[in-house]
Order: sequence, then C-alpha cells, then structure tokens
Amino acid sequence: MQKTVNNKAWLLVIPVFICVAFSALIPLMTVVNYSVQDILGPDQRVFVGTEWFLQVLQDDDLHAALIRQIEFSAIVLLIEIPLGIALALTLPTGGWRASLCLVLLALPLLIPWNVVGTIWQIFGRGDIGLAGYLVNALGLNYNYTASPIDAWITVVVMDIWHWTPLVVLLCFAGLRAIPDAYYQAARIDGASPWAVFRYIQLPKLRGVLLIAILLRFMGSFMIYTEPFVLTGGGPGNSTTFLSQYLTTLAVGQFDVGPAAAFSIIYFLIILLLSFIFYTVIQNLGKGPAS
Amino acid sequence: MARIELKGLAHSYKAIPSAPTDYALRPMDMTWEDGGAYALLGPSGCGKTTLLNIISGLIHPSQGRVLFDGKDVTDLAPQQRNIAQVFQFPVIYDTMTVFDNLAFPLRNRKLGEAEVRSRVHEVAEMLELGADLKHRASGLGADAKQKISLGRGLVRKDVAAILFDEPLTVIDPHVKWILRRKLKQIHQQFRLSLIYVTHDQVEALTFADQVVVMYEGQVVQLGTPQELFEAPAHTFVGYFIGSPGMNLLPCRLDGDAIAIDGVRLPLTAEKAQRARAAGGELQLGIRPEFLRCLAAPQPGAIAADIEAVEDLGNYKIVTARLSGQVMKAKLPEDETVALGQGWLLLPPARTRLYAGGRAID
Amino acid sequence: MTLTLEKIGMRVGASMHLEDIDLSLPGSSVTVLLGPTLAGKTSLLRIMAGLDRPTSGRILVDGRDVTGVGVRRRNVAMVYQQFVNYPSLTVYENIASPLRMARKLEAAEIDRRVRATAEIMRIDSLLDRLPAQLSGGQQQRTAIARALIKGADLLLLDEPLVNLDYKLREELRAEMREIFAERAVTVVYATTEPAEALMLGGNTAVLDAGRVIQFGTTIDVYHHPANLRVGEIFSDPPMNLMPVELAGGMARLSPELAFAAPSHMRGLGVGSFRLGVRANHIFLEPQPSADLAIPASVELSEISGSETFVHARHNGLGLVVQREGVHRYELGQPVTLHIDPKRLYAFDASGALAAAPERSLGAL
Repeated sequence: MQKTVNNKAWLLVIPVFICVAFSALIPLMTVVNYSVQDILGPDQRVFVGTEWFLQVLQDDDLHAALIRQIEFSAIVLLIEIPLGIALALTLPTGGWRASLCLVLLALPLLIPWNVVGTIWQIFGRGDIGLAGYLVNALGLNYNYTASPIDAWITVVVMDIWHWTPLVVLLCFAGLRAIPDAYYQAARIDGASPWAVFRYIQLPKLRGVLLIAILLRFMGSFMIYTEPFVLTGGGPGNSTTFLSQYLTTLAVGQFDVGPAAAFSIIYFLIILLLSFIFYTVIQNLGKGPAS
Repeated sequence: MARIELKGLAHSYKAIPSAPTDYALRPMDMTWEDGGAYALLGPSGCGKTTLLNIISGLIHPSQGRVLFDGKDVTDLAPQQRNIAQVFQFPVIYDTMTVFDNLAFPLRNRKLGEAEVRSRVHEVAEMLELGADLKHRASGLGADAKQKISLGRGLVRKDVAAILFDEPLTVIDPHVKWILRRKLKQIHQQFRLSLIYVTHDQVEALTFADQVVVMYEGQVVQLGTPQELFEAPAHTFVGYFIGSPGMNLLPCRLDGDAIAIDGVRLPLTAEKAQRARAAGGELQLGIRPEFLRCLAAPQPGAIAADIEAVEDLGNYKIVTARLSGQVMKAKLPEDETVALGQGWLLLPPARTRLYAGGRAID
Repeated sequence: MTLTLEKIGMRVGASMHLEDIDLSLPGSSVTVLLGPTLAGKTSLLRIMAGLDRPTSGRILVDGRDVTGVGVRRRNVAMVYQQFVNYPSLTVYENIASPLRMARKLEAAEIDRRVRATAEIMRIDSLLDRLPAQLSGGQQQRTAIARALIKGADLLLLDEPLVNLDYKLREELRAEMREIFAERAVTVVYATTEPAEALMLGGNTAVLDAGRVIQFGTTIDVYHHPANLRVGEIFSDPPMNLMPVELAGGMARLSPELAFAAPSHMRGLGVGSFRLGVRANHIFLEPQPSADLAIPASVELSEISGSETFVHARHNGLGLVVQREGVHRYELGQPVTLHIDPKRLYAFDASGALAAAPERSLGAL
C-alpha cells in the first residue's frame, strides 16, 4: 500500500537517531579508530593497520579464554533451554496459581547482577555459606576458590539459577498460545504425552525458542559481572571468560589498541554465531521444499 | 459405525440450574441411527458445539447419559470412545509429512507397518491426497489440510462416528462445494455416522439426511431438509431456514376459524381446540415462495397494501403490508404485480398455525 | 456530491492493481463495486477515500481536483469487513467519536444525534456496552452508525457483511438499503455477491483484474452483460457456458446434440460461440417452451433452504441448475436438463456479448 507521503514524520525520527548515534555509532567508530592506530601519547598517533588484529589473534591467552567461553556457553545453553521448557510444561496454566509461580520464578531476574555474584559467593563458601557447608558436611570436598572444577560448577549453577526463569517465562507464553483444538485432536488420535510434546508443543514453540536461544547465547557469551564477583576469574584463570580477558587488556594493561581490535573481533563472533543460530532455527521449520 | 443415543442429556455451568436459561444445553432425548449423516444447525451460542463436544467426550455433561450402540460411554475419554473430530481450523502435525499425519492414529494404536501403509494409501486415494503423501503437511493449502484432518478420522477402521465442527469456515468459497461433494461421496461409500455442526443452512441441508435445528440450548426440530422447509415445527425454524425466512402474521381465533382483517380462514374443530389449549401468541406462518399476490380479490384473499417490488434478477420480492404486518412474497422473474391495493392469498395447504412459537398440526 | 474518476491507475511494484478506471458517480446515488476477490475493489475504495494516492489519473469531487488531498481533509466515511470499533469505548462513545473529534458541536447536540443514529441502526438499547460484549452483527451496526453520524458526503463500504451469519446479512442488507435511500449521500459498496448488488439497486461497476468491465444500472448490467466475464461474475451461481458451433440457423453443442437457434440469435452468422444460460433457466422437468434437452448425470445437489442447486455433468461439461424448493438427488442420478433457447445469451469468440434474450414482463 502506498501511504500518503508526510515529510514531517522525519522530524520525529531525529531524536532517536541522535540517541543511537551517541550511544552506539560514535563509540563503535571510536573503537574502530583505536583498533587501527597505536597511541603513544596525546598527540602521537601512528596508523598501524591490521597489526593489533594480528597480534590479538595470535595471543594464546585469548585462545584459551575463547575456548573456555565456548564451553561455558554450550554447557549453559544445553542445560537452561531444556530445563526451561520442562519447567514451563509443569506450571499451572492459569489463574492465581500460575501468577504466583511466575512471580516467584521471576525473582532471580530482578536481582542486580553483581548482587547475584555476591549471593553465590557467600552461598558457596565452606565456612559461612549454606550450600558450601552442606556439601562439605556430606563428605564431598568442595572449595570453589581452590578447585577449578568446583569453581566451574558454581559459576554454571549460578547462571542456571539466574537465567533459566527467562526461558521459562518465554516458553510459558509460547505454550499458552497453542489453541486447545490441537490438544483435543491429539487426545482423539490417542497420542501419548511424549508425542504431544514432540509433535505439537515443540514445533509450536519454535519462534519462542529462537528468541530464548539467541538471548541466552548472547547473554552467556558476553557474561562478565557475575563470574567476576564470584571467582574473580580464578582459581588462576580457570574461569576467566572472554569479556573479563578483554577488560583486563583494556583497563588493566591499558593496551587500548589490542583491546579495541579484540572488541571488534568479539562483536563479529557474536554476530556470526547469532546469525547461524537464527538461520538454522528458521530453516528447521521449513523442512524440505514441497 | 455406531448408533448414538442421548438420554436425559443436559449441560449447565451452574451447580444447581433452576431456570431454563441456566442451561447451555437443555434436557433432551435423541437417537441417531447408525450410518446416518446428521447436521446440528443453529446460530452462534445455540449449544451445538457444546453438544458435539459432549458426544466426542471432550466435555462431561452435567446430567444424562450418552450411549454408543447401547453401551454407556458418558464417563469414557475421547480416545476410548473411538470417535474422530474435524475442527474449525485445520489441525495437523506441522513437522510430519502427510503420510505420517494420516498414519499417526494407527501408529499410536500399535498397528503393524504393513497395515498402516495400506490403510493410509487407501484413504489418501479417496481424498485425492495421493500425490502429496511425501510432502510436509504444513506446506499445503487450507482445504488439503482439512482433508488430512478428515483422513486421520477415516483411517481408523473401527471409528464409531466422525464429528465436524464448522470445518469449512477457513476454506475459500469457490472450493467449499468441492469439499462438500467429497464429504457426501465418503458418506455414500462408507456409510459412517457423521455429525456436522454449522450455522450455515446450505452446508447443513446439503450434507445431512436429517437436520437438528437448535436455538438457545434446545433442540427445536429434527427432520429432513424437506420437512424443515415445508413443515417447520417452530417459528424459529421457519425464520432460520429459507431466504427470506417465513412470514409470520399475528392472528386471533374466532370460533373455529382464524380471523384476519375481516377474512375468515376456517380450521378443523380439532385444530381450533388444540390452538386454544396451547395458549400463547397465535401466528400464521407462510413462506414467501407460497404466498400469492393477486391483482383482484378472490375468496379467502386478504386485502393488503403492495409497497414495493424489487427485481433481484432471478426472482422478485414483493413487500406488502397486511394488517400492519410486513409480508414478503417471491415472484418468478417474469411476473410482476402493481403497487398499491392488492390481495394476498394464503393457500391452506402451505399455511401453518403456530401458538407460542410451536406448530399446531 | 458527484465523484469522478479519470483514468485512475494504481501500480504496486511490478503489478497494476488498477488500470484505466473511468467512473462518474452522480450525487446521492448508490454504486456497487462488484467483482471477485483481488479484483481491485479495496484498492479503488482506498483511492476514493484518499488513503492511497493513485499512480496515475485524477479524482474530482464536485469538479474540484482532490487527488493529492489526504483522507482527513476529505468528507468521507468508511465501513470495513472487520468490525472496526474502539475497543475501550462504549457503543455510545464509539458512535460519538467522529463528532467529538470534529469539536464543533455541543454535548447536547452530540447526544441527540448519537441517540437518533443508534435508533436507526437499532442498537439504542446497547449504548452502555463495550464492543467485546456485542455480537458480530451488533458490532458492525455500531461501525455503520459511526460512519453515518459523520454526515459525510461519501460513504464507502468494503464488503461490510461478509463476516456475518447469513441471516444477519439478509436483515442488515435490507436495512442498509432503506438507510441509503433516506439520505443524500453518495454510497459506494464493494461486494463479491451479485445478490447484494441486486438488492441494493442503484448502479453497478463490475471490476475484474483491476479494470471496470461494465458500468450501468444494476438491473441492466444483469440482463445485458457486455461480455463473458460480466456474465460469470454477475451470476450466483456463475452463468453456465456451453460452447457451440452456429451454422445455418442451427446450434451444435456436440455431434449428437443440435437445436434450432432462437430468433434473437438469427443475425449472428457462422462461427464458434459460447452460449450462456442462468441456473434458474434450466429445468429438470419438461417445460412447454424448453425445447433443448440435455442428458446429464448429477454430481452434487446443494440445498439452500428454499432452493436446490443441482450440479450436473454432460460429456465433461459442468452445469448448475437452480430449482425451487427442497429436492433430493442422488449422486450419479441421470437427469435431463431442459432449456428454453430463448433464454440463452450468446458470447462470441472474444467473449463479447453477441445476443441477449428479450425480456418480457407478464402481469398477473
């Protein structure tokens, strides 16, 4: 449909344009700027082209952090998505019971992220933490400041506690949108509960799951505050993920050039992987051409 | 195939219904013969979908029993009743091919693959879906999807009845009659018990051997399309079936005759007696097709004011005012009648007397 | 107010939604836009309203060019297929909304007009309800009331009854015709159903694939379709078409079937024609003047309450017969179709009307 052209509408876009420019475009341009220059002093800038990019890509520490990050995101996605779906399936479908459950589930999402880290830091301590004390009392030797495995477990459990409710909320909304007739038809066809899940609920949740997976992937891949507060990246660098490494590079060592170069690479990795996820999930629904 | 009986069946959303309006479905008794095609016809909110869902087992009635071939199935779940249902919008399993969709009910009942394959091919041929068996069900049009829904019911050899809940709602108008024809062919071929819910009189009258007309939760008439047209048992049936609906003329009883505007239309003494006993408002019903418009008075004709004659191409509609009441008559396209003073004749064979909405025979 | 469309065209992407539309609608008239779905009726209504701008041509209201004028400055009201009402306002507020937005009237006057219009649309007892509490028919009545109260010079309706039960459609159709007759407003009513066009009367513009293929008084267009397409569109069920060869005063339908060409077709000469006959002019019983008898077998009989439509097939040719009353036919039942040749339309090879039956009116 051709709408009547109203040029005054452009005036309404300008404020948004300015905000986006300041908060996103200009900083992005600045980062690109830093990534191709070596800043020796306030007035001494040398164009170095791709030097920083090459240096960063050959950094072994970066490779290690990247692998840790990928492992973390994979573990977290593989647990949170199925767990979220399962919880959403068990929730009551409506009324005050459903509202109560949803509110309780949403509480972890409302806590500031550094507070989340602090909660779990205390919770996991062997001396004053409830979980740490109980686990040690059961005979297991649990110490997240000393053992990398324990640290990983704690970080993963914390992330699951923090973010699974998001998946649950999205899946709950998606399940409510399925018309009753599908369930009725399944009953009449004699379908088992598993068949109902596989052939009706899961396909109809595809759109919602796409959002959940993308959000959790991006969130976990960029995770910073919670593990930093919980373990500080340790013991050693066993829980140092990409964003923490980047911060160390930029702020700790004040190597702005490499940090800027790495930021751009980081951004491109997330963009690429998100695009892959999106395309795969969208095409899962299409299937072979009829 | 099953004979379906409803005994004292009623449904109310209130715990203790006291007035007729508390019922979604008022108490009823009905028997539907094995292998018959029945339509439940009525406006939105008349209770037809509630009745359908009680028969399929998706709703448990608050009163009464449902019997299939004499066996009480009221407390059985849908899958135990062996019925199939086709819904308003196509319900298919998106991720499966057409073949798998049709095979689904059979596989759930643990039938051998060889038999599954033969049944599915048989049904697919009948529904003209043979070419699409390997395709994904989600890629097909709405009418093909409804055929798949129907196929899932046909594929089960022992299905007791197939229930349809306004299945042609989302189908394009020019394709509707193809699907209707297919349903009729299937009925002829298999002689299955089919129950079809609709608010469209064309669908109901084309499809069914017998039509159950419902209004405000109660069954108003059960009859063949011919009976409903020629002998409506209730003024609602007269109004709802036929386009335009039946004319209803308030009248009064004068001895053994009906008196309107000084003209007497005689009744048998017996009929007059029953009319008096029935109570309620008296009305004469006559369909526009049978109401005759005359230019000159004849015995039995009543004076009326011919207000308008509309040319509708195939036929004409005459609007006349008789005793303050608007009446419509249908004329063949080549005839016409002059405006102004005219006379209307109500042929006794085609005129029915109603008291309180119910026909007096 | 007179509305004139000159050479209106509407191109969207690569396709022409409307092409070469020339229409002249007199003031206080009812014009029906009749055509199948996707013929361009909605596009044309939107251009008349000013919601879209045509890619070529101009629109004149009372002689003034309004092609570029936006919808808010045109005096137009529109009713849609989907019952469009403000969901959070009561029926009263919905109907009052155009008057309140114009802000020219006092509250007492608005109240008077709202109640008067509600009474005309028979929803005066529902003024306190919200649209969600109303049935489909009542919601559409509210939408129509809202359009009427504006007192606009141009009232556009886009298939307003298509989402209603058929009984409600009948009632609303008759009411709307009376309402249009009482007001001095130019009405343009889009529909796919010939019956609605015939009931509304007035003029009809038949649209097909973005073009107006015929325009005239409704009953004239019905009895004298300019070509095949109009014959098909303006009949429900669609006009039956039979290909014949005309030669030497005889029309040949098939090797076994030939009949004497009727008088109105004598001047047609030799060639291939398609004969059109409406469903209600085919009979299943021998009639005095129906000389043409075609053997066929029944494919389906559809009962519509007061009529039966029989779909029959003769040698691969599908024909639909309309019969009064309710009758039962079995699938595959052999029948004979009797046609009075004087009722036949003849369309030449290009689809244009070559001969139309003479109309005779007999008084009772």
